[in-house]
Amino acid sequence: MDFKFSPEEEAFRQEVAAFLEKEGPKEWEKKKVSFFDMSGQENWIAIHRDMSQKLGARGWLSLHWPKEYGGKGLSPFYRLILREELAKHHCPGYHSLSVDFAAPAILLKGSEELKKRFLPGIASGKVMWCEGLSEPGHGSDLAAIETFAKEDGDFFVVNGQKIWTTYANFADWMFLLARTDRQAQPNYRGLTFFLVDMKTPGITVNPIINMAGHHDFNEVFFDDVRIPKENIVDSVNRGWYVAMALLDYERTSDLGYAIAETLLNDIVECARERDMLDAQNEIRMAELIVECEVARLTHYHVTWMQAQGKVTSYEAAACKLIGFESIQHVAEFGLKVFKQYGLLSDKSPLAPLYGRISSCYLRSFGHSMEAGTSEIDRDVIAQRGLGLPRLR
Amino acid sequence: MDFGLNEQQEMMQTLAKDFLAVEYTDKVLKAMVKDEKGYTPALWKKMAEMNLLGLSLPEKYGGVGDFLDLAVVLEEMGQACFLGPYFSTVVLGASLIMQAGSDEQKQKFLSEIAEGKITMTLALNEATDNYTADEITLKTESRGGYYILNGAKIFVPDIQSADYFICVARTKETDNPVDGITLFIVDINTAGITVKPYQTVAGDKQGEIVFDNVKVSAKDILGEVNQGWQYIAKVLQRANVARCAEMVGMAEQALKLTIDYAKERVAFGHPIGAFQSIQHRCADMKIDIDGAKFATYQAAWKINEGLDATKETAIAKAFVSQACKRVMHSAHQVFGAIGFTEDHILHYYTKRARVYEFSFGGADVQLAKIAALYR
Repeated sequence: MDFKFSPEEEAFRQEVAAFLEKEGPKEWEKKKVSFFDMSGQENWIAIHRDMSQKLGARGWLSLHWPKEYGGKGLSPFYRLILREELAKHHCPGYHSLSVDFAAPAILLKGSEELKKRFLPGIASGKVMWCEGLSEPGHGSDLAAIETFAKEDGDFFVVNGQKIWTTYANFADWMFLLARTDRQAQPNYRGLTFFLVDMKTPGITVNPIINMAGHHDFNEVFFDDVRIPKENIVDSVNRGWYVAMALLDYERTSDLGYAIAETLLNDIVECARERDMLDAQNEIRMAELIVECEVARLTHYHVTWMQAQGKVTSYEAAACKLIGFESIQHVAEFGLKVFKQYGLLSDKSPLAPLYGRISSCYLRSFGHSMEAGTSEIDRDVIAQRGLGLPRLR
Repeated sequence: MDFGLNEQQEMMQTLAKDFLAVEYTDKVLKAMVKDEKGYTPALWKKMAEMNLLGLSLPEKYGGVGDFLDLAVVLEEMGQACFLGPYFSTVVLGASLIMQAGSDEQKQKFLSEIAEGKITMTLALNEATDNYTADEITLKTESRGGYYILNGAKIFVPDIQSADYFICVARTKETDNPVDGITLFIVDINTAGITVKPYQTVAGDKQGEIVFDNVKVSAKDILGEVNQGWQYIAKVLQRANVARCAEMVGMAEQALKLTIDYAKERVAFGHPIGAFQSIQHRCADMKIDIDGAKFATYQAAWKINEGLDATKETAIAKAFVSQACKRVMHSAHQVFGAIGFTEDHILHYYTKRARVYEFSFGGADVQLAKIAALYR
């Protein structure tokens, strides 16, 4: 047992912190922008892309990839340290959809050719991805998706619709799960995993604004979109296994606890300045410190398992569930502390933390849905982790 | 970062698990809860032979292993709902003597503890139980080579079976409550001591001690005169983390029983464990237990490394207290009426977990400590 980072890991943390203090967007540090509500900032896409390329240039987007694909072959704790520091410094640039969703799918299941074509773009931070999984009728019940890809010579032709496609409005590429066999039983055996250039003719992206007023989501329509066969990851009708392989990485990508902790510190600092942290709120603060610490340890544990090459089962779901819910609890605490002030929008000069309280609170409704709902996470823990029987 | 057990810890875990499976069945547990002292000398002897009583003590006194090994064993004891003066003797008594004792005291007491010859406990609480120095008021009067003690101590664990106890007494009145506290090693048979055993709902053994002109030699002072609180502050951390390890074990066992039952109990044509309402409850139990375990071992590791574990201990005890309670309540809900009966084993765990939760400060005490650290 050992609950500390190695001297090399600590040195890396110092290096990252120093870099972010110098290179991170100053305005965001001042306004204490949180990772999940960065899309509320003016000109945010350009700032996000710029920072992504700065991180890519330092080799920090491929820290734990094998060296043969341009990575540094380091333990996944380096990735975690980088993300802890990014959260602490209110800094964008880590495009999880590329680095932690698309890249592992390609690394784990893609051909040599796909790895050579796509990994350098992700590592450089220049090429940004989005995720084509959910559909209007199928979210938690992902295996039932209907968007259909029909074989046509060297291509597949896609028709259908995806929804809740985060950042499709500016992504360069999409990984897409589509049905290639309607007769397959069980249904998940008829799915294929495609890599799609978002500039391909026939793709239409429409914005969906969330209740926080931010544009993260989109709906994406496919109208005779032609995808070359060489863009299939793994092989036809094996897309489900690719999606499942990346899902555990997706669940451990965003450090819920670190985002929650940063927000908690920001709330407490601002509340002390305004003399709004009474004794009761101080005890609630202590409870949230405990909750974040437990979520942190749960995340460290699953990262340790990944570092050891152990197969994770329910652990990633547990880690995501409590990490993301800790952000919700902290966001709620913001309202508890600032009361009516906390409900003022970022346009109001009276709003504490430049309106972060209200926007993080509203954004937090999504945290128990994204990357798999908390209900699906609990199903996974009960069935995979505890061996309880399945009804369906 | 390493969340794995090393070879020694795995060995201790297996040893304790196998030992308790044979020696500490539910039948034994039920008998021990009714027993006046809560353990048998025969069992104690076997534990000494297996080196369990010398755990975390230095080798030269017959000890073996470190605090992490001890935490691993305590987790196993929690799973068995073990009752007996193990915690009071090894975690409280032995670690205080190890910390503060003279060579002579260490030689005598630690060796005898490891050999299973004596049991010990700590007399700390008085009228209140916030575990702060200002609560210590037990009067002492210095008379040359000895002291006269008058007053009372309450909630003393395992006092029914203790051969010795360490008494936390006030030897000087100052404005600083931390200054003026002295520890005394007291033989239970000293004249003037009256022990009043408590009846508790969990059947755990504790009671109070009344001191009527109890005469203790100055040679039996443990550590520095007037500076005794520093040892208590440290032992409180060890005690809290040890209680956490026991509660983790108890919660693990409650979940195991619950899962077994949910797989086998059929309603509406299905095992109840197939229903989401039960599955989600069980998932939450699992999340709580994993988190409780990580927080406990993080604090145990810090203590073992000799690092400051103030915050980590408070975090562990605050979380484990709340998590363990949630787990027990959920276990009862899944078991339904059968778990509500006196015959069932579950309530032995539920009740004892509440005792451990509040001993050395429950969640509220710990949260207040954490809040103070951030002020």
